[in-house]
Amino acid sequence: MPGAVLRRTGPAYLVDKTDTVSPRLAAVGAGVVLDGISLSFGGIRALTDVSLDVAPGEIRAVIGPNGAGKSSLINVLSGLYQASAGRVRFGGRVFSAVPPQELAALGVARTFQNLALFPGLSVADNIAAGLSFRRLSGIWGNVFSLPLARQERAAHQDQVREVADRLHLTADLDRLVATLPYGLQKRVELARALVAAPRLLLLDEPMAGMTATEKAEMAGFVRAARDRSGLSVILIEHDIGVVMGLSDHVAVLDHGVKIADGTPDQVRRDPEVIRAYLGAA
Amino acid sequence: MDWFAFLFFIEVTIGGLLSGVMYALVAIGFVLIYKTSGVLNFAQGAMVLFAALTFVSLTEQGLPFLAALAITAAVMALLGLTIERAVLRPLANRSPMTLFMATLGLAYVIEGAAQLIWGTAVHRLDLGISNEPFILGGIFISTFDLIAALIAGVMVAALTAFFRFTRTGLAFRAVADDQFAALAVGLRLDRIWAAVWTAAGVVALVAGLLWGARLGVQFALSLVVLKALPVLVLGGFDSVLGAIVAGLLIGATEKLAEVYIGPVFGGGIEGWFAYAVALIVLLVRPTGLFGQKLVERY
Amino acid sequence: MTFVADNPLATPLTRHLPLAAGLLLAFVAVPAFASDYVIEAILLPFLALSLAGLGLNLLTGYTGQVSLGSAAFMAVGAFAAFNLEHRIDWLPLPVSILLAGLTAAAVGLVFGLPSLRLRGFYLAVSTLAAQFFVQWALTKFGWFSNYSASGIISAPSLHVFGISLDGTAGRYLFALSTTALITLFVHRLVISPIGANLIAVRDNETAARVIGVPVLRTKLAVFALSSAIIGIAGAIWAFAYLRTVEPAGFNLDRSFQILFIVIIGGLATVRGAFLGAALIVIFPLLLSRFTGLAFDGVADAGVLKLIERIFFGAVIIAFLIAEPNGLSAILSRITRRFTR
Repeated sequence: MPGAVLRRTGPAYLVDKTDTVSPRLAAVGAGVVLDGISLSFGGIRALTDVSLDVAPGEIRAVIGPNGAGKSSLINVLSGLYQASAGRVRFGGRVFSAVPPQELAALGVARTFQNLALFPGLSVADNIAAGLSFRRLSGIWGNVFSLPLARQERAAHQDQVREVADRLHLTADLDRLVATLPYGLQKRVELARALVAAPRLLLLDEPMAGMTATEKAEMAGFVRAARDRSGLSVILIEHDIGVVMGLSDHVAVLDHGVKIADGTPDQVRRDPEVIRAYLGAA
Repeated sequence: MDWFAFLFFIEVTIGGLLSGVMYALVAIGFVLIYKTSGVLNFAQGAMVLFAALTFVSLTEQGLPFLAALAITAAVMALLGLTIERAVLRPLANRSPMTLFMATLGLAYVIEGAAQLIWGTAVHRLDLGISNEPFILGGIFISTFDLIAALIAGVMVAALTAFFRFTRTGLAFRAVADDQFAALAVGLRLDRIWAAVWTAAGVVALVAGLLWGARLGVQFALSLVVLKALPVLVLGGFDSVLGAIVAGLLIGATEKLAEVYIGPVFGGGIEGWFAYAVALIVLLVRPTGLFGQKLVERY
Repeated sequence: MTFVADNPLATPLTRHLPLAAGLLLAFVAVPAFASDYVIEAILLPFLALSLAGLGLNLLTGYTGQVSLGSAAFMAVGAFAAFNLEHRIDWLPLPVSILLAGLTAAAVGLVFGLPSLRLRGFYLAVSTLAAQFFVQWALTKFGWFSNYSASGIISAPSLHVFGISLDGTAGRYLFALSTTALITLFVHRLVISPIGANLIAVRDNETAARVIGVPVLRTKLAVFALSSAIIGIAGAIWAFAYLRTVEPAGFNLDRSFQILFIVIIGGLATVRGAFLGAALIVIFPLLLSRFTGLAFDGVADAGVLKLIERIFFGAVIIAFLIAEPNGLSAILSRITRRFTR
């Protein structure tokens, strides 16, 4: 990190004039639409005119060879990169640039390709950080344990406990996250993303580097989360077996262009996909 | 503005530009190390002090100029090597901030040691460069500053040629671009770092001689680091060209501000003015004028 | 958030016993038995520097924003307290101190603004602007020092509710109570969810932002709070320890000293500031005592200063290499060995 610098959030996001519903309400039962997203870094095109339509409750995998632009797509969706063209529609709102700091409030949660946990915090605190955008109590309330802060803390603890229970993390809640094995850390990151009950979940290689058992477990958690609350999932994953088993639809990216989009079976038989990606396997 | 006021303005600007070269001279020592190892070496100022003190003490012992220069260069190279071995290597793979704080500690050690060895007295350093200003088209220009600027220019040219045309220089650049890739193709990082710290030691020597001749060789030399930091921030930590341009820019604006704005505040603004300029530019361009725009990967 | 008690046998009473004993010692035994020398030369600077270290640790240790301008905020606090006491003479001392803290917080907020866009070295360098600007402004504008010719002003007489605190013990108790209260505050803060936010910002700012941690608000709040605490430390330094208020003492070396306290003591720990400050205060005294014995009392003060400089520089490097979590981690290891 050579003195890296905060990226400017850029132009304010656009909001549909017709839409008067508050962001959080609008987010309910959402799904997401990407419309003609292009992205370039200093002349290199990372994404070209990519459109994607993910229904509520759908698990959509995005696959493709390394450097195909999969992670870039998720980074555009979560506002870390700014698309040079195109829009993102989420819950009745349209963005030309997604504001990353409002992502959580919009009902979007994500995990990162390289673990992005907080090593200095316990598992419980890492998960609870996923709720901090909802906290109303401030410094004074928390220092003096005022009623609001106490209630919030108790409520958040319950939510953390509940999600930890679902992901079999209860026994590790008090451990420092840095001391956990890699597979468990990945799971903590999923728990952190799920704790606030998002409507859209972005998973960037959630099973990379896992054993087959761990992968199956992880896939089970993702499916259970979808079945439970009907959230939409966009999943980047290299393990084709996992992808085909888990997702409802699969989109294929190659050199920043979407070359196929359909059910796992359709994609598996698509000649262009076989040529560009699956053929090697 | 009448003619004389204009001439005065030009004179102040040129004076500022020339002292800007002196800032750049110190800043380049930082850039060298930052580019190759990602360390902001706060001890660069202490190294400048150490070099100047060593040189001047040697000449005061009666050593001829060139002998003193050679010995000091050797001492500085040794110092750079020692730092690399004793401080940087044990801290490999630690956060850049940790490394920075280590160089803060290093600055204390070197400053303390330099004065413990050579004493705290102020030494006069005469490089045999005339201090008489000369007049060009009605404008007074300091001969010393001009020659100092020329020496700095030669050094920059030499460094640039080194980076561009020699094997070692190419290795430096490879490491600067991508440490892992450099390792993968078999470049010896430790050797390159040792070389770069040696080079930084020699740059510190040149800066120490020129600054020492200007200010007298004393503890305050160590504080030239504070002049170089805003230059670095403005130019980007990893750009030699940035250091030069930012040095000139800050030198000139600082002198102009001192002359034209300073009196409004009762003077003394040179302590913070450069920082204010750097900050304002940074708020508009967070990587400085020439710093690499990093595409962060998530 | 703790879900399982770390040790079921540790009742609140036994767990807090060492702390209670320490407080009793500090509040009762020290004023009763300690010599004036111990209080004046060791305890007063120790308390002021500990408090400053605590403030910086919030910013640097917990939130990961390195500041090289702490002494500037000490100066703001000291001069604000002086002017409040001097110009509004009915203001009770605790209120002046609190307002001085708020003043430092306001200044800290301004100099914290770059942190919203700058990270790492760029931010660290920009905090130097605070250091130089504040020192310049305080020397340049006579109003701050009540137009004193030398720029050095004596601290006002200290009294709370009619009780004079000008004596050694009084000043000690004033410094101690202030430090104790603020330490309690900081302790409660860092174990709260807000404290977790600070660490989240430090450990991974991008992730924190994306998952909804209010990064910008957290950074600004911590800049303000840290500056307020450092400002109050400055007021204690000037009022209780030095008994004079002058800009010169709040120079860049002081800023580095406070950073060193935090590194040596232990980043992101409350007690680290106290451990680090203890070393910083005690070592020079030991050094001069030792050399005094060794060289028959003729050791040159200038040479001692240089040895001190080398020592602290070397100690910083040694800690960063061998024990990045500072004295606090060493202490943990020792206590664990003894309680096992």
